Amino acid sequence: MATPPPVTSPRRSLWYAVLVGAGVMAGIDEILFHQILQWHHFFDHATPAVGILSDGLLHAAELLAIVAGFFLLTDLARRRQLAVSWAWAGVFLGMGGFQLFDGIVNHKLLRIHQIRYGVDLLVYDLTWNLSALVLLGVGIWLYRRASRLERK
Amino acid sequence: MHEPNGTTADISLLAVLPLILLLFITLAYLSAAYRQRPATGGWSGWRTGFFIAGSLLLGVAFAPPIMAWAHHDLRLHVVQHLLIGMLAPLAWVLSAPVTLLLRTLPPRTSRHVVMVLRSRPVRTISHPLSALLLNIGGMYLLYLTPLYAATLQHPALHHWMHLHFLVAGYLFCWSILAGPDAAPHAPGMRFRLGVLFVSMATHAILGKLMYGYLWPRGTGHDVEEIQAAAQLMYYGGDLAEVLLAIVLFTMWLRTSPSHRSALTPYQPEPPPVTKEDMPTPRSPRHRWSKRLP
Repeated sequence: MATPPPVTSPRRSLWYAVLVGAGVMAGIDEILFHQILQWHHFFDHATPAVGILSDGLLHAAELLAIVAGFFLLTDLARRRQLAVSWAWAGVFLGMGGFQLFDGIVNHKLLRIHQIRYGVDLLVYDLTWNLSALVLLGVGIWLYRRASRLERK
Repeated sequence: MHEPNGTTADISLLAVLPLILLLFITLAYLSAAYRQRPATGGWSGWRTGFFIAGSLLLGVAFAPPIMAWAHHDLRLHVVQHLLIGMLAPLAWVLSAPVTLLLRTLPPRTSRHVVMVLRSRPVRTISHPLSALLLNIGGMYLLYLTPLYAATLQHPALHHWMHLHFLVAGYLFCWSILAGPDAAPHAPGMRFRLGVLFVSMATHAILGKLMYGYLWPRGTGHDVEEIQAAAQLMYYGGDLAEVLLAIVLFTMWLRTSPSHRSALTPYQPEPPPVTKEDMPTPRSPRHRWSKRLP
């Protein structure tokens, strides 16, 4: 434990970056859709009680994920164990994964809030989840690139 | 535009009392820090700066015009709450007042203080879970019951509420950071992070409940005002708790890598190592006894 070998740690780099990616995506949603566009409602009376509860838990997890992920990556970099290509893959997988989770579980299953009110939701939901799939696709491409680089 | 309708007597005396106490405490800290100069390397300017910052935040929150205004406007009350219960306590915790107290007091008195700090009641109340309960539990009790309306009627209750914010906020910040004042019995980093997580979540849920169900009730505030206040509480709480998390991780990153408790088990080592690793470096007795002359 005293002097860890100077070998990069792909698994940690990936997962810590997933934390950052998910937190950043949550932050973008929060700022863009709540604050700037004001499409989302702060509180939706159609939300079931379990939705309010899980919304609070998720909100705290997002905030902590971004802070913890950032510091864990810093720690990794200081130990010279940061694998940058894996970290980038992690950021995009985290962003896409969160976006998809938000679109399917939060909006549809838990019904915490909808993307926009007073419009036909189908187009919005499709766009939302497709954008998630694009981000995930970029993440998967980066992941495969990182593992190809690793093998060289 | 908001004319306070309380009697002038309690505005003049009771309203200035917190400011007088604050001034007294700040002067005590500053003179103690000043007296550290000839001794071992003096007292850190950063810590003094943090204490002054905390006092200034409290000074703003307790200023009679702000107090009178917050009495009538829930939004300002939330801002005041944020200053008294979250930001000022964080700054004060970072100023290490207990360490300064122990260095300043005569050795015998100092030893008594350490004994009190190590006693079971103090240990219990400064545990992250009880601090969380005092802090967030107190908020649920205050805002989701008629208690808040009652504090507007009774000045003594009103002051008690502010004192509770300050003490509970201080205990919470200290129990989560477990420093810079020695916190010998504090649980490990992962546990404290978990408590911080619960605190953030319950804070967010309270903000939403207040917004959706228009609490606190019976205060005569209109819907827009309550909803604006609830949103302020939600985002203000985020700000304060993210700040606390950043300070916690910064302190974690500043400890040497070999002493730093790994948040996720390290590959070469089997997981149990991290668990053993945690309590030993901050074994209580050493840190406090070292401070005593």
